[in-house]
Amino acid sequence: MQHTSTQDTFVGLFVASGIIGLFFLAMQVSNLSSFVSEDSYTITARFANSGGLKIKSPVSAAGVKIGRVTAINFDPKTFESVVKMSINSKYNALPDDTTASIFTAGLLGEQYVNLDAGGSDTPLKNDGTIEITQSAIILEKALGQFLFKSAEEKK
Amino acid sequence: MTAFLQYLGQSTRISFTKLGRASYFLLQILAGVLSLLARPRLLLKQLYSVGVLSFLIITISGLFVGMVLSLQGYYTLSDFGAEETLGVMVAASLVRELGPVVSGLLFAGRAGSALTAEIGLMKATEQLSGMEMMAVDPIKRIVTPRFVAGLISMPLLAALFSAVGIIGGQMIGCGLLGVDDGAFWSQMQAGIDFRDDILNGVIKSLVFGFVSSWIALFEGYDAIPTSEGVSRATTRTVVNSAFSILGLDFILTALMFGEH
Repeated sequence: MQHTSTQDTFVGLFVASGIIGLFFLAMQVSNLSSFVSEDSYTITARFANSGGLKIKSPVSAAGVKIGRVTAINFDPKTFESVVKMSINSKYNALPDDTTASIFTAGLLGEQYVNLDAGGSDTPLKNDGTIEITQSAIILEKALGQFLFKSAEEKK
Repeated sequence: MTAFLQYLGQSTRISFTKLGRASYFLLQILAGVLSLLARPRLLLKQLYSVGVLSFLIITISGLFVGMVLSLQGYYTLSDFGAEETLGVMVAASLVRELGPVVSGLLFAGRAGSALTAEIGLMKATEQLSGMEMMAVDPIKRIVTPRFVAGLISMPLLAALFSAVGIIGGQMIGCGLLGVDDGAFWSQMQAGIDFRDDILNGVIKSLVFGFVSSWIALFEGYDAIPTSEGVSRATTRTVVNSAFSILGLDFILTALMFGEH
């Protein structure tokens, strides 16, 4: 049996290393660090079709990620998809005529919201709405239209 | 036919009475938790023998499991030109599954069997009845500290296993196989969610720690007090813990990750 104080030290070391392991997993491995201490504001956009967009999908402007999708709901009156996005407060000067469109990263990649800044001088406020939107491109639909068109031309 | 039915009924009755004894035993353990707080030194001693002594086997196994995952994953992923996602693959499989499960199995083999043998031998050499004679509750004094120590150690060991495994995977992936270091970490951070992946892994390891220490302590306490009885109890501990960990892992995975 070892002396109690060395035992204490070993137990302390064990617990500390376990906690360091957990901390490492939280900060280095997961996306927790990207959520911490970021002020953000919310904007809404209405799409005719939000395709495969998911909660937590990235929102980017000019290719840089500036926020995330926080909620996607179906509006039962206008039959549109209402997408809420939280944008990092650093980027609070987006003009109010910004266009939102849903793009796909690569051919098979995940879908994301792309914001194209407009020319207006008034910035989008918290809980503001983006008026001009472009729906997700549904691959099957586009393919179907293409095939239909080429069949028409052959006639 | 009657003999078969009789055998079936008997074994059902035996396993149910055992389950009942085990549940009652668990209640007794839990009842002792509060009085353990008054004596943290007992817990400390058990944390040493359950946790600290399992430290080495867990970290070394974690390192090798991570390294092998990285190596195997690379061969498959490079066929699709997706080597950059190696980080997500290694981290997700470690944090979600292999960390809790493999460290649970190792914990049952390393610490669980030792607990069963220790308590079984205490029973065989009548130390437990000796304690009762001196009006010391053996469950409060012997069993509860070991149970709580197992419950505390298991999540820590599983987190260590995953962390060391990811570092091992990074060493092999980026050092030996030439995956880009930045892509390894950034893909990992993008793909692993703190609540969905890491916290669920911690919950899994807590459940496994609970179950395997319960089984180990109960088998030791319930052992036939002979040398053969103790050896059988030790075997049962390892076998039953392994079964319960793997079975529970399936159920927990289905509950936690089923909806995605």
